[in-house]
Formats: sequence, C-alpha cells, structure tokens
Amino acid sequence: MAARFAVGDRVAVRRAFPLGHIRTPYYARGAVGDVERICGAFGNPEELAFGRRDGPKQTLYRVRFAQTVLWPDYDGPPGDTIDIELYEHWLEPATE
Amino acid sequence: MATETHDHAHDHRPPPDEDGPLTYYQTMEIAVRELLIEKEVFGADDVRAAIETMDARSPARGAEVVAHAWTDPAFKEALMADGSAACASMGIELGPLRLIAVENTETVHNVIVCTLCSCYPRNLLGIPPDWYKAKAYRARVVREPRAVLREFGTEIPGDVAVRVHDSTADMRYIVVPRRPAGTEGWERERLAALVTRDCMIGVTVPKTP
Repeated sequence: MAARFAVGDRVAVRRAFPLGHIRTPYYARGAVGDVERICGAFGNPEELAFGRRDGPKQTLYRVRFAQTVLWPDYDGPPGDTIDIELYEHWLEPATE
Repeated sequence: MATETHDHAHDHRPPPDEDGPLTYYQTMEIAVRELLIEKEVFGADDVRAAIETMDARSPARGAEVVAHAWTDPAFKEALMADGSAACASMGIELGPLRLIAVENTETVHNVIVCTLCSCYPRNLLGIPPDWYKAKAYRARVVREPRAVLREFGTEIPGDVAVRVHDSTADMRYIVVPRRPAGTEGWERERLAALVTRDCMIGVTVPKTP
C-alpha cells in the first residue's frame, strides 16, 4: 500500500486519547516532527490486541522530534531529538 | 575470616525468602501452561528448552555484529541499510523483528528505550537488564537523557546531539558505538570484548582497557 507521507515530511501526531492498546506515547500526542524513515506496513496493534488479524496493514513511520518541542523546559542543546515509531493513522500533515 | 573476633550482636539467620503469594498473572501463566501441557500442545520439556534457549542469548552476539561493522565497511553499510538482513548474513536470525542499527558519530550519540513496555533486541542482547524495564529509566531517558546518561557515568559534550530512540512498535534497535581510538589493527574478537551490553543500549561507550 502507498505511504501517505514521505521522508522529510512535517507531520503532526493526532491529539487523541482513545481507549485500548495504543502504541502512540502520550508525550508525543499533538507534537510536530519530521518523517525520518518509512519502516514498512505492519498489522495495526490496536486491532491485533483484540485478536482481529485480518484488518488492513498500516504504514509505520519513524518520526523525529526536537526535544525542545516535546518538553518546553528541556534542559539540553537544541539539537537533541527523539525518534518515535508511529502508525500512519496517528499522523496528519503539519499545518504550522 | 580468621581475624574476625565475632563478638558482634547479630544472629545468623538467612535472609527471608522472596516468595510471596502468586500474583494474578503468575497464576494465569501457570494455569495456561498446565492446560497446554495437558492438551499435549507441547510438553514440559519444550517449555524448559525454550527458557534455556532464551537465557542462552547474550550480548556477545550483538558485540560480534558491532565488531564486524567496525572492521568491514561493506558489512557496516549493509547493517545500517537493513539490520535484520545483515545479521542474517552472519547467521544470526532475528525472527519477525526488524532491526535498525543506529551509529554513534562525532556529532551524534544514540540511546535506546521502550517507553511503553520493554521492547529490546533479545536475539542480539539477551535478557534486558532490570533498569531497562523500570519506569524510572523509561520515563526519564526521554525527558532528561543527559541527566540519565550522567548517572550511568556518561557525559555527552554539548556539541554532540543526543538522539533517543523510543522503540514503540515493530522495530528493534542496536547502537553501533564509535570504535575507540588506539584499537587499530585489533582482531575482531578482541574488539568485540570492548562492546558491552550497555554500549549497545547507548548508556555508555566502549572503553579501551
């Protein structure tokens, strides 16, 4: 399946708080970062957790965030980053 | 000890055992295991053998991979492009997990965490250390990595970026540390001995003896 985003795209993590087995860390929700790489297509863990194995695969990305974006009071140089694996349905094009 | 006078007031009872009542999940594991054995899905020896296999994995495998990368530029390139395939070419099968190797350089230091649980490249590094699974490490290393690294005795200069990798989904990570100076011409085996588990998680760096 075609990936919606390309390496280098600015993306925003959905600021959503659904229940269930969610692999999107709280600290990244709502944050804007850059696609670092496309990891491939994988089963959606939110479905797999309930034994539903036949759903469509989701493209998985690694998104790079500046620490100063995630933690406004971050104590370190501006070049420090975190890479997080995020499934496509958690990402939106960044508007900023 | 021969010199000990032993006039101090303590008794010599052994420390108490740590076996409290079973937790909910321990009870569930035993119940499911016993049912599967009873239904002959597998035998008790299969369970034992699987645990033995898991326990036999050690960071020595990861160290071999790193030492190979240090001494063979073509292998290093392959490792960075596709970690799983490169390990398979050394006869190390990683199963369904996809390995991403991240390289420390003059300007970047990498450190690995799984904030959601404790995802860890067990096939390469064996059983994770307890601190890797502890909430304190998982919560803090994303929030204040430099302070955490300092507590491990690792000071990262301000002109080197700290890059944290949160292993939240289907990827697993290994840090390829920088080869220490003064190791030119070393055999691969000797180099591998410098590459400890913690170097490959990224909380420290290899040191020359």
